Parts: sequence; structure tokens; C-alpha cells
Amino acid sequence: MASEHGASESPTEYIGHHLTHLKVGQGFWTVHVDTLLMSSLLAAAVAAFLYVGARAGTAAGAPSGLRNFVEMIYEFIDGQVSDIYHGNRAFLVALALSLFTWVVAMNSMDLLPLDLPGSVAALFGAEYFRVLPTADLNGTVAMAIVVLFLIIIYAIRAKGVGGYLHEWIAAPFGNHPLLWIPNFALNLVELLAKPVSLSMRLFGNMYAGELLFMLIALLGMAFAVSIGGISLFFGQIIVGTVWSIFHILIVLLQAYIFMVLPVVYISMAEEHH
Amino acid sequence: MEAIANVQAFTALGIGIIIGLGANGAAIGIGIMGARFLEAAARQPELAPMLLGRMFLLAGLIDAAFLIGVGLAMLFAFANPMLASLAG
Repeated sequence: MASEHGASESPTEYIGHHLTHLKVGQGFWTVHVDTLLMSSLLAAAVAAFLYVGARAGTAAGAPSGLRNFVEMIYEFIDGQVSDIYHGNRAFLVALALSLFTWVVAMNSMDLLPLDLPGSVAALFGAEYFRVLPTADLNGTVAMAIVVLFLIIIYAIRAKGVGGYLHEWIAAPFGNHPLLWIPNFALNLVELLAKPVSLSMRLFGNMYAGELLFMLIALLGMAFAVSIGGISLFFGQIIVGTVWSIFHILIVLLQAYIFMVLPVVYISMAEEHH
Repeated sequence: MEAIANVQAFTALGIGIIIGLGANGAAIGIGIMGARFLEAAARQPELAPMLLGRMFLLAGLIDAAFLIGVGLAMLFAFANPMLASLAG
């Protein structure tokens, strides 16, 4: 990896190299090994963190340190879910907690130095390695499909299969044979818009952020090639700092949105018309 | 050669329009929402923290379409499918 950097590699090649996934297979059956690996590792790490944190310290007295932190996260998410869903929210809080902590962990991989994961992966013989699972459309769409299934399952559980199917053709305009097709079309669009917008919002944010980091890195690399270039080096440091700080906000915000919206969709799915 | 230059030129223009118009809409939307938030916070300061949380949620939703556009524009910038079909 290190030998390919410098003036021998054009900027487009640099970016293209950093945007390529570690693939196995061809065509439809291409598997992005780096996405799968990073998302599994981060899920395990987050689960271990929450597990250890929930049992840290003594049971009596006020919690402090790691246990306090984990309890803070739990109470925050419990508060958010109880604002939105007014039934038995045990499962939804677990879902929201998993989504929030996992997406925060995955998104914050963007804040690592750009060439660092590639260097580590090169030690294991991998030519490409993208560490951001949520900057891969496959990653976000997979999570959104699970959310879609949950919406349908909750709707069927609340209304029964017959009731759910009846709602597809009877809501929102009314139960008249002439209105069946408009109802169905509207319901289809509404149902499909949820996972599509959910996945593409997260993907777009993370992909754009990652791309901007690459462009900022290019800015710094270019300093060796031109006379006025030393200012580019300092420009890279300043712009990189500013963008990193802003991106921390984006990481947390997008994770929060990815947690709140499925809870909102599921609570809407249980509404009777 | 000219066909390739043509495709590249129009792609560049397209990228500019996607990002420009998207940023236009997103910025105006966030501006209006922020103005309403400030108004509401001035009228009822005790609601300000709750409204701030809702505001961030809405900011993320407003930015969504714009960032999807940016993602698509970056796709055209670095892995242009029009150029790929021209070459292949």
C-alpha cells in the first residue's frame, strides 16, 4: 500500500482505490467481505461493551464510571422510545438500543485516519479494505430490510392477517371497490418509501463524509507537488479538523435518526384506521 | 475521443446541478425550521431542550434528500456509468 502512494498515483486512482470494496464472487453474488467483517466485529464489540458495562461496579449505591455511562445510554433510549410508543416497549427498547449503539460504532469508523485501515489490511494480504460498513449500500439496505419486516410483523400482530390485508385496499380513502387500486398504490408507495429513505439517508451521509475525508487527504498529498503547496499542507490540517468535528455531530445525529425512525414506523404500523 | 469529452462535460454539469439545487433546498429548509425553532424557544423557553432534540431530528431528515443527491453525484464523478458503457 505504502509503495503506491505519492506522485506515481493520480488523485482519481487514489480515490478510486479507497472506494473499492474487498470483494469475493462475481455479479449478483459479490460479497463485500470488508463490510461483513467490520459490521460483525463492531456488533460483537458493542455487545461486549454493553454487557460488561451493565455489570460493572457493585449493585448497591449510585453507579459510577462505566456502569453509569451504560445506564445513561439506556435511559436516554428508553425515554425516546416511551415518548413514541405507548405499549409494551421491552422489545422496541432492545431494538433501539442495538440500532443506536451499533450504528454509532459503525459510523465512527469514519473518524479513523484514512490510510490506517488499509495499511493494517495489507498486512493480512487484502488489497482493498473499506472500514465503514454504513458507507456501503449493502450494509444500510440490509438493516432497512430488517426494519421493513419488523413493521409488517408488528402490523400483522396488531391487526391480524385479514385486517392487515383489508387495510391495504381500504385505507386511506375508504372501502369502495373503485378506490381499491388507488388505496393499494398509495399504501405500497408508503410502505416502500420507509426502508428506501432510511437506508439511503444513512448511506448518503456516510458516503459523502468519507469522500470528503479522501478529498481532504488529497489536499495534503498535493503539497509536495507545487510551490505554493506548503499552504495546502496546513490547509489540510485545518479543514480536516473542522470537518472531523462536524462529522462527529453527523455520526451521532444519523445514528439517532436511524434509531428513532424505525420506532416511529413500528408504532405507526400498529395504528388502527 | 469527442464522444468521451462530450459525456464528461455533460456529467460535470449534471453533478454541479445536482449538488447546487440540492444544497439550495436543504439550506432554505433548515433556515426556515431554525427560524421557527428560535421563535418557539423565545415564546416558551422551558420547551427549548425538547424542541432542540426535535430540531436535530428534522435537520437530519431535511438533509437526507440532499445527501442522497451528493452520493449519486459522487458516483457520477468517480465511477461514471455513462463512460463505462461508452468504453465497453
